[in-house]
Amino acid sequence: MTTAIPFSAQLINLFAAVILLLAFAMLAQRRMLSLINLFALQGFCLFLATLVAAVTTGQVHLYYSAGLTLALKVLLLPWILHRLVRKLNVRGEVEALIKIPTTMLVGIVLVMIAFNVALPISELSQTITRGTLGIALAVVMLAFLMMITRQKAISQVVGFLSMENGLFLAATSATYGMPMVVELGIALDVLVGVIILGVFFFQIRDQFDSLDIRHMEKLKDN
Amino acid sequence: MISIAGLLGQTFAILLALVLAPLLSGWVGQCRAWFQSRTAPPLLLPYYMLQKLFKKDVVLAHNASSLFRAAPFVIFGCMVLACAIVPTLSTDLPFAPAADALALVGVFGLARVFISLAGMDIGTSFGTLGGRREMLVGFLAEPALLMVIFTLAMIAQSTSLATIVETLAHRDLVIYPSLAFAGVAFTIVSLAENARVPVDNPATHLELTMIHEAMILEYSGRHLALIEWAASLKLYAYSCLGLALFFPWGIAGGDSFLALLAAIPLLLLKLAIGGAILAGIETVNAKMRIFRAPEFLGIAFMLAVLGLLVRLLLETRI
Repeated sequence: MTTAIPFSAQLINLFAAVILLLAFAMLAQRRMLSLINLFALQGFCLFLATLVAAVTTGQVHLYYSAGLTLALKVLLLPWILHRLVRKLNVRGEVEALIKIPTTMLVGIVLVMIAFNVALPISELSQTITRGTLGIALAVVMLAFLMMITRQKAISQVVGFLSMENGLFLAATSATYGMPMVVELGIALDVLVGVIILGVFFFQIRDQFDSLDIRHMEKLKDN
Repeated sequence: MISIAGLLGQTFAILLALVLAPLLSGWVGQCRAWFQSRTAPPLLLPYYMLQKLFKKDVVLAHNASSLFRAAPFVIFGCMVLACAIVPTLSTDLPFAPAADALALVGVFGLARVFISLAGMDIGTSFGTLGGRREMLVGFLAEPALLMVIFTLAMIAQSTSLATIVETLAHRDLVIYPSLAFAGVAFTIVSLAENARVPVDNPATHLELTMIHEAMILEYSGRHLALIEWAASLKLYAYSCLGLALFFPWGIAGGDSFLALLAAIPLLLLKLAIGGAILAGIETVNAKMRIFRAPEFLGIAFMLAVLGLLVRLLLETRI
C-alpha cells in the first residue's frame, strides 16, 4: 500500500499537505501581516514541491517554474504586499463576514468535496504527483472561500494569489506543469494584477476612507 | 503470555513516571523562567512542594461530601493508569491489552469528570466556574484527540497504543503528511488538556482566567499534593504519548533488557527537548480569552479531520 509510493512522491505529498494546512491557516488568520507571511510560506512550499518534482522527473521547464515561483510568490509579491500594508496602514485585524470557526467547518466540507471530485480525475493521470490533485483543488476552493468571506481588499487579493498557488499545484500534479509560455503569462498577469490592485487600494481608500469593500456596494451612478 | 521482562518493564515504567513527572513540571517551569529572563526556580521545586503538602494537615469544608475526599485518589489513580498504558520505554507492556487508545481518552475523561464534580462539591462559585470551564474545554478537546487517534489507528490498523507505536517505530522511512496534521492537532489538544498557557495558566489565581486552579482551590494537604502530582503525571503522560506517536524512535520493541536501558537516556533527552518547546510555546503566546478557547480547539479538531482526509487521499494508493 503505502510502500508502493516512491520517496520523492511522498515528499511532494508532504509539501502539498503543508500547502493545504497553510491554506487553512490563512483562512483562520486574523492579522494582515501574518496573512501575507503565510502566503509567502505557502509559495515556498509550492517552490519546494515543484523543485522535488523537477529533480525527480528531470523536466527542465519545471526548474524554471520553480525558480519563477520562488522569485515571484516568495519574494516579490509578499514584498509588494508588505509595502502596501505599511503604506495603507491596515495592520489591524481583518474582519470576516462569517465567524472563523464556521468558515473552518465550511472549509472542511469543501476539502471533502474537492478530494472526492479529484479522486477519479487523478486516476487518469500518470504522473507521480497525481495524488496531490485533490489537495490542489481544495486549496483553490479554500482560496475562493477566503475571497468570499473577507471584507478587506488586501485579504481578498491574498486569497486570489493563494488560488493561483492552488492552480499551479494542480497543473504540476496533473501534467507536470503547463507549457512555459502559459506559465510565464500567468506569472506576469498575477504580478501586474497585484500592482494594479495596489493602485486600486489607494483609490478605494481615498474614496471611502477605508479598505472595506462593503462600501462599494453602495455605489450609485448619478 | 506475560513475560517477566514485560512485567519488570511495566513496573519500571510506572515508577519512572511517578518519579519523572514532577521533574518534568519543574523543568518546564525552569525553562519558562529562563525564556522570560526571570530567575529560575529550582528544578526540584515540585518535589519540595509535594513534600511540604504531604506533611500538612488536610482542611475540609463542613459540607464536603465523600466524593470530595475520594476525588484526589481517583484522579491520581487515573493518571497512573494512563502513564502505565502509554508506551514510554518499551512497547511490551502487559497492561496494554487492558486499555487501547480510546480507553485512554476515557481514562482522561474520567479524571476530568471527577475533578469537575469535586470542584462543584463544596458549592463555592469558583469551583463551579472552574468545573464548567473544564468541561467546556474537555468536550472540545476530546473529539479532536479521538480524531488524532483514529488517524494513527488507520495507519497502524489497530487502536492498541503498543501496536501503533510499534508500527510507527519500525517502519521504513515513509512520510505520512497526515501525521503532521495529527501532530499539530495533538499539540493543541495537549496544551488545552494540561491547562497550559493559551488556554489556561497553571501559575495564576486570577479569577477571570483560571480553570484548573479554580477547581482545586478548596483542596489542601495530601489531597492537594495528590492532585498536583496527578497534574504533572498528566503532563508526563501527554508528553510521552506525543513522543511515542510522533517521535517513536528508540522505544524498545521486544523484551530485550538492554534496549530498555538504552531507551531511558533517549526518553530523558526527548522529554527535556519537549519540555523546553512547551515552555517556548507558553512564552510566545498570550493567554487567550476563555471564549476564544472553542475556536482554538476547533482548529485542532479541523486539523485532525484534515489529517484523516489526507490519510485517505494521499496515503492509500493502489
